Amino acid sequence: MASHAALAHHFESLEKQTQAQRLGMWLFLASEILLFTALFAAYGVYRYLYAGAFAEASRGLETWMGGVNTFVLVTSSLTVALGLDAARQGRTRRTATLFFLSIGMGLVFMGLKAVEYRHHVLHGELPGRFYTAGHIAGSGGSLFFALYFLITGLHAVHVVVGMTVLGVIGVKSWRGAYSAEYHTPVELAGLYWHLVDLIWIFVFPLIYLI
Amino acid sequence: MNELLRRLLNLPEQASQHARDVDGLHYFVVLVTMGAGIAIFTTAFWFMVRYRRRSQDEKTPEVQPRHWHEALFVGVPLAVFLLWFAIGFGQYVDLSQPPPGAMDVFVQGKKWMWKFAYPGGPSSLDVLRVPAGRPVRLLITSRDVIHSFFVPGLRVKQDALPGRYTQTWFNADQPGRYQIFCAEYCGLSHSGMLGELVVMPPADFDAWLAEQRRGAALAQDAAATPGEPLMLGSSILEQGRVVAAQQGCLKCHSVDGSRHIGPTFLDLYRRQEKLSTGELVPADEAYLTRSMMDPAAQVVAGYQNVMPSFQGRMTPPEVAAVLEYLKSLKTPAVQAGPSEGPVYESTPSK
Amino acid sequence: MSPRPASSAPVFAERNYLNTPATGLRSWLTTRDHKRIGVMFLVAALIAFAIGGFFALLIRLELLTPGPTIMDAMSYNRIFTLHGVVMIFLFMIPAIPSGFGNFLVPIMVGAKDVAFPRLNLLSFYLYLLGAVIALAGMVYGGADTGWTFYTPYSTTTPTKVVPILLGAFILGFSSILTGLNFIVTTHTLRAPGITWNKLPLFVWSIYATSVIQILATPVLGMTLLLVAIEHAFGWGIFDPARGGDPVLFQHFFWFYSHPAVYIMILPAMAVMSEVVCAFSRKNIFGYKAVAYSSLGIAFVGFFTWGHHLFTSGQSPYNAGVFGVLSMFVGIFTAIKVFNWVATMYRGSISFTTPFIYFVGFLFFLFFGGMTGVALATVSLDIHWQDTYFVVAHFHFIMVGSTMMAFLAALHYWWPKITGRMYNERWGLVAAVFVILGFVFTFLPQFLLGNEGMPRRYYSYPERYWALNVASTAGASVLALGFMIVLAYILVALKHGAVAGADPWGSRGYEWLTASPPPLENFDELPAFERGPHEYHDLPAASPQAPPGAARGASHG
Repeated sequence: MASHAALAHHFESLEKQTQAQRLGMWLFLASEILLFTALFAAYGVYRYLYAGAFAEASRGLETWMGGVNTFVLVTSSLTVALGLDAARQGRTRRTATLFFLSIGMGLVFMGLKAVEYRHHVLHGELPGRFYTAGHIAGSGGSLFFALYFLITGLHAVHVVVGMTVLGVIGVKSWRGAYSAEYHTPVELAGLYWHLVDLIWIFVFPLIYLI
Repeated sequence: MNELLRRLLNLPEQASQHARDVDGLHYFVVLVTMGAGIAIFTTAFWFMVRYRRRSQDEKTPEVQPRHWHEALFVGVPLAVFLLWFAIGFGQYVDLSQPPPGAMDVFVQGKKWMWKFAYPGGPSSLDVLRVPAGRPVRLLITSRDVIHSFFVPGLRVKQDALPGRYTQTWFNADQPGRYQIFCAEYCGLSHSGMLGELVVMPPADFDAWLAEQRRGAALAQDAAATPGEPLMLGSSILEQGRVVAAQQGCLKCHSVDGSRHIGPTFLDLYRRQEKLSTGELVPADEAYLTRSMMDPAAQVVAGYQNVMPSFQGRMTPPEVAAVLEYLKSLKTPAVQAGPSEGPVYESTPSK
Repeated sequence: MSPRPASSAPVFAERNYLNTPATGLRSWLTTRDHKRIGVMFLVAALIAFAIGGFFALLIRLELLTPGPTIMDAMSYNRIFTLHGVVMIFLFMIPAIPSGFGNFLVPIMVGAKDVAFPRLNLLSFYLYLLGAVIALAGMVYGGADTGWTFYTPYSTTTPTKVVPILLGAFILGFSSILTGLNFIVTTHTLRAPGITWNKLPLFVWSIYATSVIQILATPVLGMTLLLVAIEHAFGWGIFDPARGGDPVLFQHFFWFYSHPAVYIMILPAMAVMSEVVCAFSRKNIFGYKAVAYSSLGIAFVGFFTWGHHLFTSGQSPYNAGVFGVLSMFVGIFTAIKVFNWVATMYRGSISFTTPFIYFVGFLFFLFFGGMTGVALATVSLDIHWQDTYFVVAHFHFIMVGSTMMAFLAALHYWWPKITGRMYNERWGLVAAVFVILGFVFTFLPQFLLGNEGMPRRYYSYPERYWALNVASTAGASVLALGFMIVLAYILVALKHGAVAGADPWGSRGYEWLTASPPPLENFDELPAFERGPHEYHDLPAASPQAPPGAARGASHG
């Protein structure tokens, strides 16, 4: 095992370093999931307290947009996975292309989300004291939209961060920073994007379908 | 023994059997803790003296525990802790189950005072009067932030939550005056949110309550302002509406003022209802609660006695939620404005 | 008493982490060396402790008389809030894990650094950023919510609660990154020879702490963010006037903040497991029991948060489950206490300052722990909840124990960190002041709580006067003790006797390297053939032997 440029001084081998980075990433993802878990738990509690209002508010969402977005994100996850596969074979330009494709799909996702948000704003379906859509009785409606914006908003932030990460790694990959031997950052970026996708797979049924 | 330990531990006077029971557990816990502490620290200090370092290159043997050591370390404390817990949990369960027939007092915390409402309409600020030797159930809520109703003499504490009712109960058997504290931090005058519990001989209490009821009825006639609901837009109203619908209340009682099988809920709260006996009663919390539990007792004139009892079919918080829902049903003319934000008044420092 | 003059003169390692690669301020601020980051955390935590301690003294002064004494109610409410926030988020949570943990964990596992040195530095800067934002909020008005931020009070108060919430949110990320680093370091960077069963107990406990930091902190972060959003924009998540549930906030808050108690106490236990072995010169009694009980505390600690809500009107079933589970934390702690006491059996006990703090620690942990178990018996909690009894309990267990451990660690590893000894005589004097000051500050508060005095009271009925005066008097003794520590520690920095690699005759792995350690911790990696707590094969050589000899002696 020759000493690699990416090997930090305190690791004995690249393999150990990759192992450490992978473990670190998984721990980070665990912590990310718990961040969302708090919001999901709040959503569950209020869904239980305001079952009727939540069901009604949920029906009012554009399910087809959510559905298309789910499809788009899952597909982007697939292209990221293919990108990682390409990196394993040392075809790093192909990796970069696939990552840019994923970013494109991320942009489609964000665009659809923006259309939805615009729709909510126009109808006064806003959180808390901004809530003016009167069609749902009681405070269930405003709470639903508070949680809706919190969950989808936090997820959108993750999408943006994920796109940035894919972009940086994609550019570096294009420039040949990775190889079949060393492509850990590609793998970690992929893991992060899969998490973003996975969270949406929870969000979609929770908010749109149930 | 009780008196000695109580003074030694600086516990306040014991105003109820519950207080004496809790103190019993307290003594048990403290005595065992002290015993264990003495045992452990005597051992530790004996080791420290016996095995103090005598020369700089002293050697020590390797000592490893056997399994029974660790089993002992786990088993003995676990047995003691679970015993304590079993006793304490039993007392807690008792405290969460008011005996049937307890007198209800509605307690409302508000920055920074306590309001007590008794059956039949009377209410008082900061002074809670109860009869000695009779169980009293407190239904507690708050108008603004979280408070906590605490009477050290009773060893009873219960948070007052906005938009929700909680309950606790006690049976004070020693007439006297006891301090009421707010135990949950609630802002500027948190430490000034004091009250007094006055435990009266039962006969005195009955006389006082009758007197108050007369006064309350007069006051009701003079000022027609209906009580405001606890908190507009809060979950308790939603919950009350749901419960009222689920329990079938709305099948017989309208909410729009129209006459149905039963009297309408609109503007019902604090209305003077004429009973079939010809008597006039204010439809306050106590009357409404009683009507749910024992509808036949006081039937409004002009209606049939067809309502079933809801005794045991609704939990106390559900009853309270329905009450809050009823209070919120008012004709728009007298509808209160949106719930006010917290107001900071500068209180003169005492 | 040790540190005695050595037969072979102790060596101050000339080429060490303090002067390699450079000594300038810039080399410190851009360092990725875990030791320097640890030292910076320690200095920052000590500054935070001084600020928090100053607030504590103001609180005690205000409570000297039943009415207003030195400030108005609003100032008092702000000051106890800041005391809590500063002490918990800026001092206790980072002090031992981020400070001593950073310095020691890599050395103890025989690594050159933590797994992610850059993240480690980022963690320090996040800490600074969080601290600056929180302190800025404090300067621009402060908050009056108490460190628990209970809604709906915290969402409706007109004081500046948002900066403090954001500060705590950012501090959470610092905590997560540190925890993540320690877990990965422990898993992947252990030197050959250090198996899991030869891992120092300090590392075990820090590992358990890290698990809590990673899993619980995000929930707190989210919760505090929700409160901040609610306060700033009125989204209504916890506001009953908009349909929110204020008790849900309490569940979320304690889901983090109860395990956070173990973020504070587990590192204290970590330190004490090392100290009791080193100063009894004896192997730990029941290594596995002590190590695994740390994991047990971390695990069970996640399921006990409901015992903070016994008076909030939760169902008896909830109360029962949370109460019983809380008992198990007591059991895991009891295992440790018994094993530590048993470790002294047939030992060779040296009464130096760290050991005196160990004795104090044992006292505070025992009584703090037992009052904790008593609080979990539900019916007693109904009386004690939110009274001074709870205040005294958590000051005993969190502050008493953690403070004892922090001071023990400071003295025990001071020679390793600075290469110099502190003045042992002054150390003992200060220890007596600190321990007695602590007892006299908080023992009266147990009695006040028994009598029913609620916490966070600006004024109080006169019957509580005498005990409050006693508590304030105790606090002044405590403050004096800390000042003595600060004084001789600063003197020792420059004028202390040279310590040498192993002034205590300890067998922990960190003593195998020079003091202060070189940049990459070990000039030559030892073989780590024996465990870190094994004393039965102690060589006849002097404990002041230079590092080379210590390595040679490690063939057991």
